[in-house]
Amino acid sequence: MAGPVERVDLAALATRLEESWHTPKTLYGRLTTVDHKTIGMRYLATAFVFLLLGGLQAGAMRAQLARPESHLLSPEAYDQLFSMHGTTMIFWYASPVLSGFSNYLVPLMLGARDMAFPRLNAFSYWTFLLSGLFIYSSALGGVMPHGGWFAYVPYTNAQYSPQLNMDFYALALLFLTISSTAGAINFIVTIFKTRCPGMSVSRMPLFMWSTLTTSVSMVFAMPALTAALIFLELDRRFGTHFYDPVRGGTPLLWQHLFWVFGHPWVYIVILPATGMASMIIPTFCRRPIVGHVYVALATVSTGIFGFGVWAHHMFATGMPALSTAFFSAASMGVSIPSGIQIFAWLATIWAARRHVLATPMLFMLGFICLFVIGGVSGVMTASVPFDWQATDTYFVVAHLHYVLIGINLFPVLAGFYFWLPKMTGRMLSERLGKWNFWVLFIGVNLTFFPMHVVGLRGMPRRVYTYPAGMGWDWLNLVESVGAVVTVVGIALFVVNVLWSLKRGVPARANPWGAATLEWATSSPPPEYNFTVIPTVSGREPLWEAHDALLGPADQEDVQATDPARAVGHATLHGAPRHEGAVVRLQEWRVLDEGKETLESTLLDADPQAVLRMPGDSLWPLVLSLALTGLFAALLFKSPLWTALAGVATLGSIAGWLWPTAATFPPRRAA
Amino acid sequence: MSSASYADAGERGTGGLPIRLTGSRSPAWWGTVWFCATEAMLFASFLGAYFFLRGSVEAFGAEGGRYVPLARPLVMTALLLSSSVTAWWGERGIERGEGGRLRIGLAATFVLGVAFLLIQANEYASRDASWTTSAYDSLFITITGFHGAHVAGGLLMNLYVQLRAWLGHFDAERHDAVSNAVLYWHFVDGVWLFILAALYLSPRLF
Repeated sequence: MAGPVERVDLAALATRLEESWHTPKTLYGRLTTVDHKTIGMRYLATAFVFLLLGGLQAGAMRAQLARPESHLLSPEAYDQLFSMHGTTMIFWYASPVLSGFSNYLVPLMLGARDMAFPRLNAFSYWTFLLSGLFIYSSALGGVMPHGGWFAYVPYTNAQYSPQLNMDFYALALLFLTISSTAGAINFIVTIFKTRCPGMSVSRMPLFMWSTLTTSVSMVFAMPALTAALIFLELDRRFGTHFYDPVRGGTPLLWQHLFWVFGHPWVYIVILPATGMASMIIPTFCRRPIVGHVYVALATVSTGIFGFGVWAHHMFATGMPALSTAFFSAASMGVSIPSGIQIFAWLATIWAARRHVLATPMLFMLGFICLFVIGGVSGVMTASVPFDWQATDTYFVVAHLHYVLIGINLFPVLAGFYFWLPKMTGRMLSERLGKWNFWVLFIGVNLTFFPMHVVGLRGMPRRVYTYPAGMGWDWLNLVESVGAVVTVVGIALFVVNVLWSLKRGVPARANPWGAATLEWATSSPPPEYNFTVIPTVSGREPLWEAHDALLGPADQEDVQATDPARAVGHATLHGAPRHEGAVVRLQEWRVLDEGKETLESTLLDADPQAVLRMPGDSLWPLVLSLALTGLFAALLFKSPLWTALAGVATLGSIAGWLWPTAATFPPRRAA
Repeated sequence: MSSASYADAGERGTGGLPIRLTGSRSPAWWGTVWFCATEAMLFASFLGAYFFLRGSVEAFGAEGGRYVPLARPLVMTALLLSSSVTAWWGERGIERGEGGRLRIGLAATFVLGVAFLLIQANEYASRDASWTTSAYDSLFITITGFHGAHVAGGLLMNLYVQLRAWLGHFDAERHDAVSNAVLYWHFVDGVWLFILAALYLSPRLF
């Protein structure tokens, strides 16, 4: 790690970096920016809007089901609503909202100045947004997808669904897989190659482990969905026979391909949230997490287990007994790594130095409760005989909502309360936050707990209405009342965010006294994240005597010239204390010759190379728009427009990859 | 500082660390590897669907696979494997700074790839069954067709790199784009071996 040392005026350095990294706040600047923080916040905001849309659909369904024999909604409208509710929540909210946090936090936690592929990052966002608009444009024609979020054939083939409904579903999801895959590869390479010096694999924050596991799962799981959707479109459009039992296909092929993707996807939408728990709980217990290594291993093994349990969605299809036994055992086995994580959190709380019951911690406690309830009903349905009774009933609806709300929504809200001050520079209201938590926690349990009971009493899922006197009436009314309470809870959160933007207390660099590098820079961080590339010597850099922004070699010099900046001093007060200081730094920590960040080795994170980062670019948006045109042309079966949009797509890729001065610096003059 | 200052930065960046990145030092190389991984899973899903239907559906129609003539696919295999050799040869050339050798290698690879696609088109034309005949035919055409599309994609990359080679963008220290295009080409060739084994050879064995 040795390198030349130079004297650096930090204030002047910050000015130089500002020049290189600044994106003007003009329309063009907003359309071309590749700043991971801007993109992360866009992801969060957009995903949250999709959450509200999915919530509205759920509200309409609860209004319909509040009493028996209700006819507020027609059966077709109800089908479209539950299909769009599931599809929106699973694909356009649950995963993208976590991508939003990862986008914002990964480079900051790693001590890097941006993602490994900043333009690809912008592209992931635009395609996520445009694919969402694409599927919602089906509402204009009244042909929203109506086959449920897992779209089983034959309900969704051309014979039983002749309109465009399922074409919107298939093409929009194909579009979205491009976004997810590009984002996943970006996270993997970023975590592999841009960790700051000292952050060896064993010192990575646990949120990095969960983002990494999720991203690898995406890379391997998404193609099964892609294949399933391609087969579906070919069957629907061109008369092939993949799912046609008369000509040698079978509808079960769809189920296998969908769940080979679908079950890893369940872990994709919960693992980053468990990673957030492993960051937030220790912060409010004022101690490192118990069993760091075991939690990391449990995260990875959950991701691996996720690929071996898909057929537990298909116990009722008459698979061979050996298969059901295998998948049943694997599905129970996956509760072991989940259990390890839960016990690690509980042990951390048990062994806390101090308990700080701030709002993020409250949401985390709620998350643990809901996770356990959802986990127990999961182990129940992993048992084949029980599953035969409960499958396609409201019991399953209860289970999956406890899992998704418990392990996704609650950690996400905890994450908002915890990290939004970093993003906006304003604290949220603690008082409103506590109201938010309790109202939501009560609302969610009121809505979903009775579903276990109506499910066991035989109420099938996805029925648009039900007769009176089945023992389901008052429980359904309770659920609908719970839904209203849930809506109030979410509204309190929105109010809190809007209030904080105007009136919130300004946030310091590290308002929670947390341990990792995102808190070493100001709130909100400058566009270049860190004035100097940090170094770490442990898992909790801000809790250690080592100074993340002034490495071991540099500190001696600071101490010698200015006793007030002695070792440890800056650590306690965060980065801004360094401003204006003249310090000696190893040269590779400065990186001020344009947009640059440090590349490091895969395992040990030793400095390896200087990465030249591309500047702002319009190409990601252009390519996303070209792809939108391509999918629209495919939807309307126009060969001419398909060809034109295809050429536009290839042209955009070529234009994007064409070297610029920044990505491909000219040779040194001879 | 503006990006123009890169011209003066020399071949080494701040702190004496390299800025010209090739192989596993280049994030783009890692990106290409993971892109190949996700593409590999797409073909694995296709082939998984093939074996699932063949193993579980009586009327699948795979027995047709026993009578697919082997001459064409074996010639196609030879073409693709030798195209990987020429691509490798050209890449080795630019690693030593020989731009001419790179261009010849890329051109030879291009010709072999086009020949592969022509034979594939000829095979399609000679088939009695269309992809709407049976699920087997749907899968056969979809799998080989997607692979053909990937070959075509590799050829477009080849042309793009060839263009940049003519413009003198590459030398011994800077040929990241070449390495990534060649890596992808090797990957597409490797996938073909699995397709050959699954669709052409395995029906004769079991």
